[in-house]
Amino acid sequence: MKEVILVKYGEMALKGLNKGSFEDVLFKNIKYRLRPLGQFAYSGAQSTIYVEPLDDSINLDEVISRLQKVFGIATLCRACVCEKDFDDIRTKALTYLEEAFETASSFKVEAKRADKSFPMKSPDICRELGGALAEAFPDVCVDVHNPDVTVMVDIRDTHAYVYAGKIRGAGGLPLGTSGKAMLLLSGGIDSPVAGYMMAKRGIRVSAIHFVSPPYTSDRARLKVEQLCEKMTDYCGDMHFYCVPFTEIQEQLKRRCPEEFFTILMRRMMMLIAQEIAKKEEALALITGESVGQVASQTIQAMVCTDAVCKCPVFRPCIGMDKTEIIEIARKINTFDISIQPYEDCCTVFTPRHPKIRPQLEAIEAAQEKGHFEEMIERAVAGTECKTFRVGQ
Amino acid sequence: MPIYLDNAATTKPAPAVIEAITEALSRHYGNPSSLHRMGLEAQLMVDDARKTIAGALGTEKDCILFTSGATESSNLALRSAAAVYGRRKKHIITSAVEHASVRSTIDALEQQGYTVTRVKPDENGVFQAKDFLDAVTPDTFLVSVMLAENETGRILPVQKLFRMLQKKYPDIIRHCDVVQAFMKLPVSVSDLPADLLSMSAHKIHGPKGCGALYIRKGIRMQSIVTGGKQEKGIRPGTEASPLIAGFGAAVKLMQPTIAERYAYVSELRALLLEKLGELPYITLNSDPEGSPYIVNFSVKGIRSEIMLHFLEDEGIYVSSGSACSKGVQSGVLGAYNIPDAQADCALRVSFSEETTAAEIDALIAAIEKGQATLIHKK
Repeated sequence: MKEVILVKYGEMALKGLNKGSFEDVLFKNIKYRLRPLGQFAYSGAQSTIYVEPLDDSINLDEVISRLQKVFGIATLCRACVCEKDFDDIRTKALTYLEEAFETASSFKVEAKRADKSFPMKSPDICRELGGALAEAFPDVCVDVHNPDVTVMVDIRDTHAYVYAGKIRGAGGLPLGTSGKAMLLLSGGIDSPVAGYMMAKRGIRVSAIHFVSPPYTSDRARLKVEQLCEKMTDYCGDMHFYCVPFTEIQEQLKRRCPEEFFTILMRRMMMLIAQEIAKKEEALALITGESVGQVASQTIQAMVCTDAVCKCPVFRPCIGMDKTEIIEIARKINTFDISIQPYEDCCTVFTPRHPKIRPQLEAIEAAQEKGHFEEMIERAVAGTECKTFRVGQ
Repeated sequence: MPIYLDNAATTKPAPAVIEAITEALSRHYGNPSSLHRMGLEAQLMVDDARKTIAGALGTEKDCILFTSGATESSNLALRSAAAVYGRRKKHIITSAVEHASVRSTIDALEQQGYTVTRVKPDENGVFQAKDFLDAVTPDTFLVSVMLAENETGRILPVQKLFRMLQKKYPDIIRHCDVVQAFMKLPVSVSDLPADLLSMSAHKIHGPKGCGALYIRKGIRMQSIVTGGKQEKGIRPGTEASPLIAGFGAAVKLMQPTIAERYAYVSELRALLLEKLGELPYITLNSDPEGSPYIVNFSVKGIRSEIMLHFLEDEGIYVSSGSACSKGVQSGVLGAYNIPDAQADCALRVSFSEETTAAEIDALIAAIEKGQATLIHKK
């Protein structure tokens, strides 16, 4: 029996004249994501993309699991392809639905007739197929309010499709339809979540990480690389930039007041990230900050860090509690990597009493004394780039 | 060439060990339990290693059981002792500085309802045999104390304690983790009257994944995994014959030179202590009376991990003394009343007979360089 996957768009379907370009990107993203699994035929019609495996050995569960991580998809249906003929629909449905009915105790049938030339009306299809199913599976009764299985019959242009239930997609907009941004990836729990959330809005994400050997270890860097690799599940191919930060941190520690250390460090990171972003043609920065979580994440501190930023800084976690962030981190499988206990460059020199409400003037004066310009240039020049590809 | 000073973590396999393992893998790959000749060959190879290790402990080969390492040996020893001898009696005595393999196993037994006394050192950081003896109650069935402690190299008075226990409370089971002492200090079952001893191959230039448990004759055992009849049914599962052959080869190589190596490593330690003594920012965490193979010290104001990575860049490999991560310490240094700030900066240097005086000079030079250039904690 031939099976296809029906990919239905979410809010993309609401786009006006630009809809076509969104569709093109989604098509490309789906193809790229499924390519390693084998050959597929793709076609699109009526806000749905049909993905048809051309090889019997293709594992459709794996296909679904990959598609569930592709942004721009609202729902996914795994459907059986039927001729536009009710006898064929009934025969195939009885066999195709056997597995779904094995564990169910109630069902209902819903029909949608996009092709109005089909001789039966939707209520007729429901009644006839419902009757046939009730007869074939006497242990499963009809329940139109709260069924275990909802059988869908879609009558479309060329074929009819029968499926049991929808699978939720990742939502959002197709990757790449909203430009590119640079994520400051620390190794903690929040930043991968922030990257994921912006990718969901169609932004292609590149990551930047700061290392301070010997104050941070190879293991800490490896951990962040693992995070980046894991993020590609949702974010697609990612560039990973690794910035040598030791010299700047040592200078900060030597020359600047201890209480300003974290804020000044954040400003340095922003300055460097913007330089790399320029090269990468990324138009914004992304951080995992959440108001009040730590001393450097107060509004006053953000005023001081953003003062060096010429581009927008996206902080999608800004209004979230740690527990909410952790929930997403678990969903995208980054949590277990994030909690590996390696020191990162944010924590090595943490001051005992950081300034919680810093004044911009004082911070700027402190930064003057450090003469960081050349060091920043050196850090940018010494930055290494790696690419993590999806499905590697 | 890297300067490897982390021999308490693991050692470089000796050429003879690699040869024995390769030989076993490529030629004697039969299953020791198979009835045919190839099986017999493998069995004889395992028996030969068993005899070697038994000989090194001054006991018979029947008393040696092979495991996957010291962690399994200690798990088997303690859990079996609890199952067989801890039915009516429920009290266990141990030290406050045991390796995680013993510490966590005893913690698990405590969760199951056993009561545990964890004896601490006296105010000078020295363990007294009498303190352990005083902890004995009519309910005590098991005493587990390590011989050479792995973080600072302190020697616990196990020999004295076990002799006293043997005389006064012969029914109490005596287990000792001798991982850091076996083939490094003289250990024999006549001097150290233990019922159970845990050993590891990879601390003595043998392979990882192989260990042994000495079981005194007459001690009843209960397996912790179920399976076939291998190792008298106490440790089912096909023997790791190639690794066991490697373990045997390591003991064969090391046993004749225990005294010689001890003397050599003692000189190295004296040299290191002398040089460290000249650096005002160094505090010693080890006991000069302890195992000469391990020296633990703190570099004031520089956290262990940072100095460790700095030294690594200089090609020198040591261990962070207390293996602390993000403020979580093993608690061993704390047990000796070493303050947290000092424990945070602890480094462990551990020698082998391949360590040279020149390497110690290089270590000292690198520490001086690190101290001068690294940012200090205030």
